[in-house]
Amino acid sequence: MQASLEQKYNFDIVKWFTVASVIYLVVGTLIGVYIAAELAWPALNLDIAEISFGRLRPLHTNAVIFAFGGCALMATSYYSVQRTCGVRVWSDKLAWFTFIGWNLIIVSAVITLPLGLTQGKEYAELEWPIDIAIAVVWLAYGLNFVMTLATRKTSHIYVSNWFFLSMIIMITYLHVVNSLAIPVSLFKSYSVYSGVQDAMIQWWYGHNAVGFYLTAGFLGIMYYFVPKQANRPVFSYRLSVIHFWALTFGYVWLGAHHLQYTALPDWTGSLGAAVSLAMIIPSWGGAVNGMMTLSGAWDKLRTDYVMRFLIVSLAFYAMSTFEGPVMSAKTVNALSHYTDWTVGHVHSGALGWVAMVAAGALYHMIMKLWRTEMYSAKLVNLHFWLATVGAVIYIIAMWVSGIMQGLMWRDYDEFGTLTYTFAESVAAMHPYYAMRAVGGLIYWTGGAVMLYNTIMTIRQATAARSASPAAATA
Amino acid sequence: MADQIHSTKLQDKIERNVFLMLIATALLLTVGGLVEIVPLFYLDETMEHNQHKEVLWQRPDGQTVNDWQAGEGVRPYTPLEIVGRDIYVREGCYTCHSQMIRPFRDEKERYGHYSLASESMYDHPFQWGSKRTGPDLARVGGKYSDDWHYRHLRAPRDVVPESVMPNYPWLEKNAIDAERVTKTMEAMRMLGTPYTDADIASVAEQVKGKNELHAIVDYLQVLGTMVKFDETKDYR
Repeated sequence: MQASLEQKYNFDIVKWFTVASVIYLVVGTLIGVYIAAELAWPALNLDIAEISFGRLRPLHTNAVIFAFGGCALMATSYYSVQRTCGVRVWSDKLAWFTFIGWNLIIVSAVITLPLGLTQGKEYAELEWPIDIAIAVVWLAYGLNFVMTLATRKTSHIYVSNWFFLSMIIMITYLHVVNSLAIPVSLFKSYSVYSGVQDAMIQWWYGHNAVGFYLTAGFLGIMYYFVPKQANRPVFSYRLSVIHFWALTFGYVWLGAHHLQYTALPDWTGSLGAAVSLAMIIPSWGGAVNGMMTLSGAWDKLRTDYVMRFLIVSLAFYAMSTFEGPVMSAKTVNALSHYTDWTVGHVHSGALGWVAMVAAGALYHMIMKLWRTEMYSAKLVNLHFWLATVGAVIYIIAMWVSGIMQGLMWRDYDEFGTLTYTFAESVAAMHPYYAMRAVGGLIYWTGGAVMLYNTIMTIRQATAARSASPAAATA
Repeated sequence: MADQIHSTKLQDKIERNVFLMLIATALLLTVGGLVEIVPLFYLDETMEHNQHKEVLWQRPDGQTVNDWQAGEGVRPYTPLEIVGRDIYVREGCYTCHSQMIRPFRDEKERYGHYSLASESMYDHPFQWGSKRTGPDLARVGGKYSDDWHYRHLRAPRDVVPESVMPNYPWLEKNAIDAERVTKTMEAMRMLGTPYTDADIASVAEQVKGKNELHAIVDYLQVLGTMVKFDETKDYR
């Protein structure tokens, strides 16, 4: 049965993306830990331009979003689209093109960002030749995905694929529109937009990179892997329909809430905040849908460590999709904007939701693809606890420092003058920046454990297969 | 039973046809962006200089950007400032410094008058930032001397002991490539920045003998100084 599945589906492409994703998780979070330490102990910048905070921070965000996140999305979507459609991926060649192309893009990011070659737009720093490469590879991936759906053997398109599809379309829009620039040389270009229009387009991009890449895409993962791992159908089909269309329509509006009280016209920011509040409904609908899939089988959480990743990720998803709308409300935003609270919010989504649901899915796939149990279930559990504890420490540090910053900046003494200088607020952050670096380090250790466990699992499976070729085909 | 299907006929149709789903999703995804972005390009109220002409520099005949005096209104950057701005972007200063003052009492006292949209109209890309690990820089121009900035950029903790900013010792070692500045200004002109031929012709003379440290300090010193604000006026 298994052997015929391997002939039927292209599992090799999934395997490569899976391993790449685990490696990039370790690399991307390591850079994160380093830059967190630079903020706590600035001497770590070492007076070297290439590793100074301002240049490494874009490398960190690009590595975790596009290298880790991208490979996790491609691994899981290539895997689940084949399995839910009952057909092999439409084009093997295009699939390999996306793997090689995506990884070359990552390599070029690793080279160019520390050199300071940047367009200067957050999460869209890569220069124009790399932007063109991203567009080409992304469209190849999208075409392959859509054509696989078109050639499916099943009557209906399964819900996980709706979310992947939504992501593919939106990321194409965002990337093309936001990256439009005039090149002056091979490595330098200038955005065609300026000032307030550029700001709105950038945050339409920025928030929807979160909304569609890190949310819709990873919800696609959730809708396939949670039911699979739980061995139960999705809790509510109706809820998933509402979840999908409401998220697809609504998320697009949220970018404006990043620009409250700025020179962006008030109507735009208010509109963004209003829709942000409404987004609690589909977000929580989705979180409930995922969690309740386990209804009646909660005991699995005691024994199934992979399930723990998936369910806890949904708890983080519910938490940060509640926090997000709260922060977009103008009164809260007046305090939280420009502070570490935003950084904490992003990381509760990134560490708690994105990386945890991906880890669950990656473990699930590793066991299926190499037809084996994990080398060590205990290490999976260890990874789970390191990730959970690390993420919680990180988030708490940023909540405290963020709210403290906000309060210190606006504090007045009895004479009606500002109580604190800016430098005093920087000094007050030191313990929390150190705590954040520790939380990040714990989280990174979890990723390193996963990488070790993955390597050992694959080695073991490969050794077992070559030792008994008969057993492998049985 | 769990297998009861609740979908409407339309939903059922969409789920069976990938191209229908593609189109429905693609259309739905455009609405929010169109509504929020497109009006910003044509609504006059978006840019304050449409109501308050004095916000914008009215260039006297024959003058270049180098002849402008502080407070005469928003103008395109001088050759040296635009180099400084490139360095600001290259070093990722925007990851820790904002350039957007909000209309709050504490921000007014700490940083100055709230920022106007017109003040960043020549910024490709915008550098409003999203985080204040360091202070806002929208009106840092003129607050400190050039010498203070030189010392601060070489070794921030020499002048601000609490600072967590990296040292930038390499800036003064880097020369400025006049040809590249010319290309940058030509690109800006293509994008609508009103540079004159004389502005662009002034590059070689303006950047002569200067290094990157001079350039970024020149840029920092002009930030927020272009508009002379009337405290009795509401610009938004």
